[in-house]
Amino acid sequence: MNAMTIQSALRWTDVGAVTDIPLRGARRAPSPGGDIAIFRTGDGAIYALRDACPHKAGPLSQGIIHGHAVTCPLHNWSIDLSTGEAMGADRGKGCAPVIPLDVRDGRIFIGVPA
Amino acid sequence: MARERLVVVGNGMAGCRAIEEILKRDPDRYEITVFGAEPRVNYDRIMLSPVLAGQKTFEDIVLNDLAWYRDNGIVLRAGCAVTAIDREARVVEASGGPAVPYDRLILATGSDPIRLPLPGAELSGVITFRDLDDVEAMVAAAGKPGAKAVVIGGGLLGLEAAYGLAQRGMDATVIHLMDVLMERQLDESASYLLREALKARGVETIVGADSEEIVGRDGKVAGLKLKDGRVLDCDVLVMAVGIRPNAALARAAGLEVNRGVVVDDQMTTSDPAIHAIGECAEHRGIAYGLVAPIWDMCRTLAAAMTGDDGAAYQGSLLQTRLKVSGVDVFSAGRFAGGAGCEDVVFRDAGRGVYKRVVIEDGKIAGAVLFGDAADGGWYFDLMRQGADVSDVRETLIFGQAITEALRGVDPRAAVAAMPDSQEVCGCNGVCKGTIVAAIEGQGLDTLEAVRAHTKASASCGTCTPLVEKLLQLTLGDSFEVPTGPKAVCTCTRHGHGELRLRIVAEALKSMPAVMQALEWTTPDGCSSCRPAINYYLLCAWPGEYRDDKQSRFINERVHANIQKDGSYSVVPRMWGGVTTPNELRAIADVADKFAIPTVKVTGGQRIDLLGVKKDDLPAVWADLNAAGMVSGHAYAKGLRTVKTCVGTDWCRFGTQDSTGLGIRLEKFMWGSWTPAKVKMGVSGCPRNCAEATCKDIGVICVDSGYEIHVGGAAGLHIRGTEILTRVAGEDEAVWTICAVTQLYREEGWYLERIYKWMDRVGLDAIRKRIEDPDERRGLYDRFAYSQRFARIDPWAERVAGRHSDEFNPLSRRLEFTPA
Repeated sequence: MNAMTIQSALRWTDVGAVTDIPLRGARRAPSPGGDIAIFRTGDGAIYALRDACPHKAGPLSQGIIHGHAVTCPLHNWSIDLSTGEAMGADRGKGCAPVIPLDVRDGRIFIGVPA
Repeated sequence: MARERLVVVGNGMAGCRAIEEILKRDPDRYEITVFGAEPRVNYDRIMLSPVLAGQKTFEDIVLNDLAWYRDNGIVLRAGCAVTAIDREARVVEASGGPAVPYDRLILATGSDPIRLPLPGAELSGVITFRDLDDVEAMVAAAGKPGAKAVVIGGGLLGLEAAYGLAQRGMDATVIHLMDVLMERQLDESASYLLREALKARGVETIVGADSEEIVGRDGKVAGLKLKDGRVLDCDVLVMAVGIRPNAALARAAGLEVNRGVVVDDQMTTSDPAIHAIGECAEHRGIAYGLVAPIWDMCRTLAAAMTGDDGAAYQGSLLQTRLKVSGVDVFSAGRFAGGAGCEDVVFRDAGRGVYKRVVIEDGKIAGAVLFGDAADGGWYFDLMRQGADVSDVRETLIFGQAITEALRGVDPRAAVAAMPDSQEVCGCNGVCKGTIVAAIEGQGLDTLEAVRAHTKASASCGTCTPLVEKLLQLTLGDSFEVPTGPKAVCTCTRHGHGELRLRIVAEALKSMPAVMQALEWTTPDGCSSCRPAINYYLLCAWPGEYRDDKQSRFINERVHANIQKDGSYSVVPRMWGGVTTPNELRAIADVADKFAIPTVKVTGGQRIDLLGVKKDDLPAVWADLNAAGMVSGHAYAKGLRTVKTCVGTDWCRFGTQDSTGLGIRLEKFMWGSWTPAKVKMGVSGCPRNCAEATCKDIGVICVDSGYEIHVGGAAGLHIRGTEILTRVAGEDEAVWTICAVTQLYREEGWYLERIYKWMDRVGLDAIRKRIEDPDERRGLYDRFAYSQRFARIDPWAERVAGRHSDEFNPLSRRLEFTPA
């Protein structure tokens, strides 16, 4: 119910096509609250996180993407793209906020509280 | 009671199956008329591929012959197209015949193949792959000796068409827009295997290729021109790029139509007397293009039309199999993962098997199988049932037989309980008793010995864990599962040494090829193994392998060094540490123009510009390029700098031209990739002002010539170099240094610095090979060949626009959205 309320209060912005991001790649979308990192995994899934590693705010959009995770370029923390949580030895130490995302007809939409 | 009049528009698989399902439930309820646009009885469209391939005839694939229509009292109006529906009067109008009244109407008009609006699409010889006429056109084209075919579309249909044409003796090439064949069903690993398998069957595939124009000659197709300029000659061109629901009739009749004819869960359209099924229908937003959902729809519709008001179609989960002989491919559900998804991957290089099962919240969400799809149906059933598979997670990937045999059993107890007659190794037919007898009778104590004596686990290796457990069981604690060299990462059990050897020995030339051959356990590796494999491939196949930028650490991907705040540092190359007033002026101008906060001199005799914003990098490089400077590769696992002293040019003590040698080395060796960074130094005399004896490779010039040093380090570890050899002339110094660099490039493990490599293989072993003239020559030649592809300024390439997406944000629209 809560989630529904939040969902309905979002305004969606088209930030580009799925194919604008290379497979196993990421792109940034600057926003007033800081950069948003949008990822495309090897099998084509799309994710969006705040572009800041929970460790030292490294730009996750610049990391290597493998499976459904990204490795931060600054100190090699691995972040689960679906939850933003640190993985492996760093599990439980922090989380990059997940950004509301919708993919429709090959376009990527980012949700911003209206 | 008068029978209700049922009219079916569409004499295809959906229409006829719906009738069959209705007759099965209530044979006397309806008086049935069927309209078919094709002048034929109903046939199995799915089997057109085998007809094309010459493996079946049309007669083999007929589903309902004329007798069926006659015996069931069905009026068939074949070759007769319905032109309109009069919903008020409840009649359908048809060309060349009287209008037919209905009480109930079923639309089963199927779909039309999409024709790309390319220039030349109207040429003769451009066909789609939809019905028997298309197949006959293709077969006719294949009659010409040496005929070539191009198929646009690497989906299920396109691949089957290409395979069929190849079977008919044509050269078939498939052009696919995406990088992955059947990208909705397969992942990159399965697509790689499929491309190899198709190649072996005479079908070439070109992925990531966009068509531009169909080239014609005398009104006939002659070739296909791609956007990259390539032209593929062909005598027939097949478009297999997808289908579009055929909803024209419904739309004209004013029914609700979206992509297809919109239906509810009972397959009823916006008019309660009219139903739609099959590929023309759209249910809950989905228009299906496979056969299984059609059967589901027909069952539901028939039940609803024969009195079952509770019948409801809930949508279908899809499974796909490719009909190419000897190529076993299965795909079902989602494999693109999502929140909480977990991949289980199994590769068997010996049998060319790749299996991937995606588990979500303890249930199977999807599966991709290649090479052995026998368990596809089982996974699909588990997926459809939503069965919890957590307790069989360990054995799931090995399939139904093994999973069910071991369910709920402690593996060791299960092995002990196995009867002696039970087969352990299916490939070689070896039973438990044979293995145990061999272990006991011949005193075997290793897996290799068991393999050698009994052949168990010597082929595909799937039963290796089982054989190891038998060794454990028989020998007790004296048997230890052997641990090999340290694995590259957790994606694999293989070490760097084996990885390197097999890339060369088995001519593995792509990332999916390596991962399949070495049985990687993840779909696409990790941030440890991918950069290593990428380097090994680049080193082994310099002229062929295309660098994978997504497998590069950020610094090597954007050719600058990332800093703690996400900005970058830029270091232009200064050959041998020598610069000019013009270069310095250009650097100063760049620093001013882009407000670069810090300009610093490095330990390698370069100037570092720190704090450059990523988006500015190409513009900064453009200005530096304009002043004649190229990338300094200060970010690279590659040659970074050659530090020099002023040598005989200026120094009172200089014995040789150390500056000149340093510049010569750097100009020849720049751009080369190595396992880890390589820093060099050339000192003009033993006073060693260039600090050459703590470099990876150093030269100390002496009166009699050059001492070549290797294996220094001044970082985390401090190491003085050791002398590799002494040479008399400058040319020989260059050859020797290139040769030892190449040896390190070929044998070093990724991220292993030269001194560590030297510790591992021994300086004597390196020296022996470098001092052998033939070996040195070979190494030098391979280095020189590789440099032909490496001495390219990555900055200039990016200034010219390469990978421009890397340096631009995806979108700036959010910036203007108030928070």
